[in-house]
Amino acid sequence: MSLRSPLAKARNHGSARDGVHHWWHQRLTAILLVALTVWLVMAIGVASDAGFAATREWLALPWNTVFAILFSVTAFYHGQLGLQVVIEDYIHTRWLEVSLQIAVKLLALLLSVMSTLAILRIAFGVAPLAG
Amino acid sequence: MTQRNARPMSPHLQVYKPQITSVLSIVHRITGLLLTAFAVGWAIWLVCLNRGPHALQIFQDLLNTIPGMLVALLAGWALFYHLLNGIRHLIWDTGRWLELETARRAGWAVLILSLLLTALAWRFWS
Repeated sequence: MSLRSPLAKARNHGSARDGVHHWWHQRLTAILLVALTVWLVMAIGVASDAGFAATREWLALPWNTVFAILFSVTAFYHGQLGLQVVIEDYIHTRWLEVSLQIAVKLLALLLSVMSTLAILRIAFGVAPLAG
Repeated sequence: MTQRNARPMSPHLQVYKPQITSVLSIVHRITGLLLTAFAVGWAIWLVCLNRGPHALQIFQDLLNTIPGMLVALLAGWALFYHLLNGIRHLIWDTGRWLELETARRAGWAVLILSLLLTALAWRFWS
């Protein structure tokens, strides 16, 4: 037994080895998503009402572009943080747990980049890819 | 496997008598999982909007089927439930509303409000 406490413990990083990072980010993104959900409800209202061209025009308005990108990135990040905890709690086969954690994180990253690119192309007026 | 590892692991759902607080807690998780799946739908919708009118039409036609509408309704409720119960969680994080009776009452409020908001949004969306 060592008389000195490990560095991680001294830094209050605990058993998860990253301290309150996960907890804090989950709350921070939650607060952001409360506000962004108000925008999302409006966006779904517009999308269900307007046609293809009008929806694109609406999304290309600067604030809508900002909120759409913020919502996409924040939602996938928050979802990924949540899925991480669910996997930690319920998947007890180590190789499966690690594989799922990696897959979830990479998929969340991929989907937020895909969403952001789609939004930016629409915002910058790039012509649709197909008819 | 040792005895220690064979024990039921957290969150011990099978040993709880269902109560409003515990049921709402697991529903928060389930709606979280559902919303992550629906977020994939959001990304697909954006990709369709970027691709062209034909792709968007396919997306909307799928939503206009009976199963599509049921999925949309579930997505709407999951969104409002997770939003409201998330706010309840954030209030708990400040140390407030933690008394049993307050936690229960806020729980019922979340459930009822989520259903009301879903009904309201349904009128506004379609």
